[in-house]
Amino acid sequence: MSNQEWPLWEVFIRSKQGLNHKHVGSLRASDEVMAIENARDVYTRRSEGISIWVVESKHVFASEPNDADSLFEPADSKVYRHPTFYDVPDEVSHM
Amino acid sequence: MNIQEALFQYVLRLGDDSLILGHRLSEWCGHGPVLEEDIATINISLDLIGQATNLLEYAGKLEGKGRDEDAIAFLRLEHEYKNILLVEQTNGDFGKTMMRQFFFDSYRKLLFDRLVKSPDVQLAAIADKALKETKYHLKHSSEWIIRLGDGTEESHRRIQDSLDALYKYSNELFFTDEVEDTLVENGVIPSLDGLEDEWNTYVQAILKEATLTIPTNNWKQSGGRLGKHTEHLGMLLTELQYMQRAYPNMKW
Repeated sequence: MSNQEWPLWEVFIRSKQGLNHKHVGSLRASDEVMAIENARDVYTRRSEGISIWVVESKHVFASEPNDADSLFEPADSKVYRHPTFYDVPDEVSHM
Repeated sequence: MNIQEALFQYVLRLGDDSLILGHRLSEWCGHGPVLEEDIATINISLDLIGQATNLLEYAGKLEGKGRDEDAIAFLRLEHEYKNILLVEQTNGDFGKTMMRQFFFDSYRKLLFDRLVKSPDVQLAAIADKALKETKYHLKHSSEWIIRLGDGTEESHRRIQDSLDALYKYSNELFFTDEVEDTLVENGVIPSLDGLEDEWNTYVQAILKEATLTIPTNNWKQSGGRLGKHTEHLGMLLTELQYMQRAYPNMKW
């Protein structure tokens, strides 16, 4: 009997009101078709969403937590990067 | 047979199929081969029990003797259940469960496609809701047949054994007698002509892709629709009915 695990997949769900897919967890599946069905069974039982993305975990690259200060802190004190000096008309939504 | 009596018997048949198969699938809870399949299987079980609730509630109304869905589900004797023999077979290994499910789902999908057009509003509504669930069940079980059949040597051998064991129960899916005849003649349900051919076409295509061989022996089992069951139903009902009989009228 084999002790090999199926590949691990990361699951992203977009809710009915949402614009973006959110990461909700991971699961194991042998291929992408099974991964979508397993995601539907495990992560949308309670009407959490209407769209599923699955990505094999090995294809997800993440930033190193140790690099967080050099990656992200420099942006904190650069106010000129934020377009805060415009008057945005009311008719323009999602700005 | 009058129409109301025929419709009661028909809805009871469909409800019992869903109830008994739903119960069989619930036996997998906590025992699935992997977490995701455990959840998938009990999801399907819950869907079927939900269908059974709708169907048996409607049956109770048609019968007109004051029985609700719980009384019908939990308090009958073995010979009063009208499910087909296929659904009371033991679960066996995961493959056998999937093969049983595959035969059932493919039949139910074709049947509900027709029943949504029934002029009986309640039956059509139940079929409409169940059809969405059934399409997913069918996708799930069909894919497992292909994966297991066209899989490893062991998975192929096991699923072929399951096909050999269960095929003889498949013809009962298409059993009809004066119950269905009365309803079709009076336009309560659409004709069931051609259903078996459509089922054969679909099932054979999937089994071919799964590199499986259909058994050639022609001997077929039936009897469930008339209350004549295999040795399995008695034991199944012992579990199914235990709580209601031990604690009458209990509520969660």
